[in-house]
Amino acid sequence: MPTARAARSGSWPARLALLPLALTAVVAYLGSILWSLRVSFSASRTFPSDSWVGAAQYLRLFANERWLLSLQNLAVYGVLFVLACLLLGFLLALLIDRQVAGEGVLRAVFLYPYAMSFIASGAVWAWMLNPIQGVEAVGHALGWEAFRFDWIVDPDRVIYAIVIAAVWQAAGLVMALLLAGLRSVDADLWRAARIDGIPTWRIYVSIVIPQLGYSFATAAILLLTAVIKLYDAVVAMTQGGPGTASEVPAKFIMDHLYGRANIALASAASVMLLLTAIALVSPFLYARSRAAARGA
Amino acid sequence: MNRSPLAARVGMAAFLAVAAAFFLLPLYVMLVTSLKPLDELRAGALFAWPLAPTLAPWRTAWSEACTGVACEGVRAGFMNSLAIAVPSTLLAVGLGALNGYALALWRVRGANWLFGLLMVGAFVPGQVMLYPLVRALGTLGLVGSLPGIVLVHVVFSMPLMTLLFRNWYASLPTELFNAARIDGAGFWGVWTRVLLPMSAPMLGVAAIMQVTGVWNDYLLGLVFAGHDFAPMTVQLNNLINTSTGTRQYNVDMAATLLTSLVPLVVYFGSGRWFVRGITAGALKG
Repeated sequence: MPTARAARSGSWPARLALLPLALTAVVAYLGSILWSLRVSFSASRTFPSDSWVGAAQYLRLFANERWLLSLQNLAVYGVLFVLACLLLGFLLALLIDRQVAGEGVLRAVFLYPYAMSFIASGAVWAWMLNPIQGVEAVGHALGWEAFRFDWIVDPDRVIYAIVIAAVWQAAGLVMALLLAGLRSVDADLWRAARIDGIPTWRIYVSIVIPQLGYSFATAAILLLTAVIKLYDAVVAMTQGGPGTASEVPAKFIMDHLYGRANIALASAASVMLLLTAIALVSPFLYARSRAAARGA
Repeated sequence: MNRSPLAARVGMAAFLAVAAAFFLLPLYVMLVTSLKPLDELRAGALFAWPLAPTLAPWRTAWSEACTGVACEGVRAGFMNSLAIAVPSTLLAVGLGALNGYALALWRVRGANWLFGLLMVGAFVPGQVMLYPLVRALGTLGLVGSLPGIVLVHVVFSMPLMTLLFRNWYASLPTELFNAARIDGAGFWGVWTRVLLPMSAPMLGVAAIMQVTGVWNDYLLGLVFAGHDFAPMTVQLNNLINTSTGTRQYNVDMAATLLTSLVPLVVYFGSGRWFVRGITAGALKG
């Protein structure tokens, strides 16, 4: 508890020092959220106006096919990306934890994509997945003529291509978080379970994994935050295409703010995106604080 | 811990080896593609080692490739990213350390409320704040300027930076703070003379997180940096998505590697510090 150890309250230098934080939190964060909220109830086009049109922009938004498609893409992407990252990250952490040799090298290899920008990783995956010169062509060159791997240009499958690139980039983050969680499991628990002759897989299922609740919730929070913000990777890999097949909400907002000069509709979309973020992340924040309270 | 049966250990090692190959594959493809002359970019040769390795694509990417209107390579973007990353890191880390110190060790009315608000801000998608911030900075004449983009980076990174240092200062022994207070040091004295010199590890971790975060940013650079200060990621995206002429994938991959160079050097050079930054920022919310 920070307050319990504070030496003195009401110090002026401390208040002065926190002024930039106060300005950032109140003006930049709260202020711009409220501003976007207000504009979403107006008829603003290129410039903000004081008009009031009630929920008209929201009705228009949910009648917009591009927006509905972008929501559907985000849902498919979000579910696949989060599950695949958690599963792959957990497997990697588990195996690194059991493996005796090469831990440092393996950790570095699995986490380096996370240090790169989405634009860079999008660029290399777009090159590898393009059907003319990429992996599909390698299959053909090896004599497998029927090999098809053209997801990135297939409107029905392009979102899976983006999932592949994103999982490659973020699975290492889950690995790092879960490995730290695995290492914090009490060694005495292991010893006791071993003396009782409990098989290893049983120890993991009954003792270790339940203790990883906090780490799993943390990983889920970070991944879901990244899902909501998905933009760069789409821009670099497909620019929303083919056609509008890989549209996502963040890109919808940017296009309507800039290209289409419809800031009221963009603001309504950004308010919806904010509500989605809150709805997705809060259960995990709650679960995590419960896990922390239990001392896990 | 126990030793698993031999078959299980072979199986685990095999899985890790396959996984490592999958993770390394894009890095390998970037590298070999960037060293191939254009005529070696044939169908089916994605994984092939270059027959006549050349650095020409790297030269083109650095100083000749078209990144929009101009055809001067990603060199200008590199300089812009550097000019943005250095002040953004110094300011954000310094402010984060000050915030963390004031929040963890001093009692200021309303501070916890402000901190809570700031933490909620960490989950707000940037798109929600973009347009209001563009308007606000526009009134100040700061859009498309270096101070403008630096300010925006400081604003967007403040939740993480503050959290890192708040946890760090809360974990230090209280005696240090109390002893300095008894010796008569005030708010600034305790921080600059006693606590800041002990904060080197966290300053390093925070700087690593911030440099890589700012360097890899695309959205803020696109909106706030304008043409004159467009960072390397914006130039890279312009380069790979320029539709005129034949796509020179070897140049694209050289530019991609050049753009990733700084964060990768920071990552491989800092070793476990990068991991420490991720876990310290993620845990103990």
